Amino acid sequence: MTAFRAMLARELRLALRGGGDVLTLVLFFIITGAIVPFAVGPDRELLARIAPGMVWIAAFLAMLLGLDRLFRPDHEDGSLILLRQAELPLSAVIAAKLITHWLVTALPLIIASPFLAMLLAMDEATFWRMLVSLAVGTPALAAFGAVGAAVTVSIRRGGLIAPILIAPLSIPVLIFGTGSISASQSSAALLFLAALSLMATALAPFVAALAISSGED
Amino acid sequence: MSIDTTPKPSWWNRIAHPGQFVAWTTPLLWPLTILTAILFVVGLWFAFFNSPEDYQMGDTVRIMYVHVPNAWLSQFVYGVMTVSALGTLVWRHPMADVSMKAAAPLGALFTALALFTGALWGRPTWGTFWEWDGRMTSTLVLLFIYLGIVALWRAFDDQLRAARVIAVFTLIGAVNIPIIKFSVDWWSTLHQPASVFRADGPTMPGSILTPLFVMFFAFTFLFITLQLKAMHTEVRRRRVMTLQRKAAQGSAA
Repeated sequence: MTAFRAMLARELRLALRGGGDVLTLVLFFIITGAIVPFAVGPDRELLARIAPGMVWIAAFLAMLLGLDRLFRPDHEDGSLILLRQAELPLSAVIAAKLITHWLVTALPLIIASPFLAMLLAMDEATFWRMLVSLAVGTPALAAFGAVGAAVTVSIRRGGLIAPILIAPLSIPVLIFGTGSISASQSSAALLFLAALSLMATALAPFVAALAISSGED
Repeated sequence: MSIDTTPKPSWWNRIAHPGQFVAWTTPLLWPLTILTAILFVVGLWFAFFNSPEDYQMGDTVRIMYVHVPNAWLSQFVYGVMTVSALGTLVWRHPMADVSMKAAAPLGALFTALALFTGALWGRPTWGTFWEWDGRMTSTLVLLFIYLGIVALWRAFDDQLRAARVIAVFTLIGAVNIPIIKFSVDWWSTLHQPASVFRADGPTMPGSILTPLFVMFFAFTFLFITLQLKAMHTEVRRRRVMTLQRKAAQGSAA
């Protein structure tokens, strides 16, 4: 447990001292949402109707952008090889990375989402459902992302392929995520979203560990 | 005088050597090609000239004889890839990753054809090329997964390392196959429910079922033939790459 905690502390320190990554992602998230009214026109009713989907797409794209730093820096400077030989199982290392990844990408997005809700003319009830749906659904996005990043880590330009691999897997998350924001079907969709998140976060560390250890030796 | 106690290798082990695999399966190629051609001639003759028009759809029903076999293969090829992925990860069979790599572009092609013929069929019968219904959407997702796997194969330099990583990803993507299978039961939207493989027998008359089955076998044997040929090509491509590497090392030293 202490090794896991040390790993978690290392990841958090690295992420927070790594410069303006967190701010850049939040900015990307808001800008993606903010160009929607320019693309579809500033009609408030239309914006309010498509807002749940746009928030989820912006979150999905922003989380894709943050994926490359999940394993690649450790792969490039060789620490991934050391981490694989450590006493802590690789799946636990990846679990620590996954938790950190959620804390430094998804959580800032959720905190910034009220701003996006305002830009997209979201009403208050929808806004609260959006907060819950993002909080419940982003762990699944992070988990699928970790698997995609693990599969592509040993490819030199893998950053371009990972989104192509992850997008088809993430479609259920987007379906139930936007479903849980819309008033008519929110509770059932939210349960499915929670189930997806729990399953994905439970399995992803093991699958990603398998992918990394198959690709490295 | 000594008695040879070495066990005779099983066929499974004998095809494990790539060169042996090519040597053993090359005699199968011509018979398979001829069988495929005969099945296509018979199947297309039935489909065009010796099957009734549908009382609702008219002649457009004949698109089914191409559409259904392609849709079946889009899922079957992924099944072949899933078994090959297990062969790579569990048994480490040397031909499993060759089979996995050869099948991916073929699967992508059959899936694209299934979607294309479905769109052509959907326009006159449903009035739309595309509808976001459960089975069509999950098949489109399958196409994206196939294309992702093809892109992944091309991105790796080391093919043996690629095989194990892609095997992991192939197994994850296999989740989509049961979703496609049951999509017509879970979301009863535009696409019709299962009508051939049902517990209580098919719900079509024999005059339509016969050409469908012949075309079904024709396309399946087409896949088997192309798969074998693609595996031979892959084995030879790897041999060429090894020779090139050796030549490069020789000239460097």
